[in-house]
Amino acid sequence: MEANTRSTGRLPAAFLTPGSSSFMDFLSDHSPEILPGNRSLPPLQGAIEAPHGTTIVAASFPGGVVLAGDRRATMGNMIAQRDIEKVFPADEYSAVGIAGTAGLAVEMVKLFQLELEHFEKVEGATLSLEGKANRLSTMIRSNLAMAMQGLAVVPLFAGYDVDREKGRIFSYDVTGGRSEERGYAATGSGSVFARGSMKKLYRDDLTEEQTLTLVVQALYDAADDDSATGGPDVARRIYPIVTVITDEGFRRLDDTESAEIARAILERRLEQPDGPRAALL
Amino acid sequence: MSTPFYVSPQQAMADRAEYARKGIARGRSLVVLQYADGIVFVGENPSRALHKFSEIYDRIGFAAAGKYNEYENLRIGGVRYADLRGYTYDRDDVTARGLANVYAQTLGTIFSSAAEKPYEVELVVAEVGAGPEGDQIYRLPHDGSIVDEHGSVAVGGNAEQISSFLDQRHRDGMSLAEALKLAVQALSREANGNEREIPAERLEVAVLDRTRPQQRKFKRIVGRQLTRLLDADGAGATPTDAPSDTEEPEGDSTPAAGTDTPAKGADGPAEGSDETTEK
Repeated sequence: MEANTRSTGRLPAAFLTPGSSSFMDFLSDHSPEILPGNRSLPPLQGAIEAPHGTTIVAASFPGGVVLAGDRRATMGNMIAQRDIEKVFPADEYSAVGIAGTAGLAVEMVKLFQLELEHFEKVEGATLSLEGKANRLSTMIRSNLAMAMQGLAVVPLFAGYDVDREKGRIFSYDVTGGRSEERGYAATGSGSVFARGSMKKLYRDDLTEEQTLTLVVQALYDAADDDSATGGPDVARRIYPIVTVITDEGFRRLDDTESAEIARAILERRLEQPDGPRAALL
Repeated sequence: MSTPFYVSPQQAMADRAEYARKGIARGRSLVVLQYADGIVFVGENPSRALHKFSEIYDRIGFAAAGKYNEYENLRIGGVRYADLRGYTYDRDDVTARGLANVYAQTLGTIFSSAAEKPYEVELVVAEVGAGPEGDQIYRLPHDGSIVDEHGSVAVGGNAEQISSFLDQRHRDGMSLAEALKLAVQALSREANGNEREIPAERLEVAVLDRTRPQQRKFKRIVGRQLTRLLDADGAGATPTDAPSDTEEPEGDSTPAAGTDTPAKGADGPAEGSDETTEK
């Protein structure tokens, strides 16, 4: 598994074989047992109980894209974790948010981050945003056997396209199908409500600050109607994770910033529990 | 049909070492220096695309002199080794010492195996620490030995002469511009004692900067930033090390290299801008 423990201590042949810039290709040659897709599950009856992450939302604005997630993980009807982190930087100009089986999802993100970094180091250039999105697609597809057993991972991928100079959002299904979303997208159990919320609030000329509020509103609406999505937890000071990607790269809002947005929304909701109202016509 | 002559093992090894050394000497030299905020790699490289220096991992950089295809192969092997190790254990468990060991074993095995031609490469593996005392620089000659270096190291064609030049002049706590200046001075000395000019566009410069806010500390210094650092260096070269009033940023950073550190760190992810904002 590790280079040093084999034979003479010299790098094994697989390490010095030229050709591939992909870390996953290298793994499948050298130690295929590490790759998530190569694990087989024994036939099971019923679903496996494992923590599941819930709602992720994304919205683009002129000059960038925002990706945010709530903090709850559930296991059946239990709350497995209150402060789980489900939004991660993939590299300097992209981020990935995950819904689905938390353990597998976190591993997938770790491998995805490494895949992008590895390519960058070997080639001396970064993958295109499309290339990154396709790579993630392959990874989800390799998890299909697990997904059939109820251990699905469905991420949302957002990034700033340096060539086209705009933020882009890609959503996925369990089979690895990939589609680019216009404006906004959501995944996970609360996604239906989050999408409904954003549908009424989204405009394509929102500023960065307004978009930050938009996604937290959407998460609030998702938490309002979906028991598996966590709302802002004022007592424990747990607020959604909000990230922004612009031409300056990835930035995660610190706790005070996201607390400020969440508290402002909370304050207005005390007067108007259903949130802002859209015009009827 | 020729009769195989007896060749003593000493002679065989000496021949192989000679072969490898000659190959390395054909390549241009490069130097690796410690400075106050990290480690700087400087080399003459006419190519923009084929790099002599590169990133291996968060805090680890790689430099090589000699035959391109051979060191490129080792470099990719090192990236794979580091990434696999970091993935299996943790990012903190990838160290320059471990990597240098693997390289040494690889080079040593190849060197002493009669079936393979010895690699004509000399490598430097450097790791930047949280403070200057944590910096590590390892030089790996063609035969698989490891040399633990401090302060400065030179590899390639004219390495011996350059090393002794650097040893005499390198100090701890130099600023980046000072270290760069010294490196370029060292590289422009030819074997016959003459000096020649190396223009900025023929220089390849990279740093492992411990003040970078990102996890990955490796960064290439190119274009405007490089010429600015070199211009400051050109002005400083005439009055020999004495910082003149005309080049304020460098004059400032010489006595108090520590003071500009927090400002740099707070600048955020904007690449390259951290140096320019000081002006």
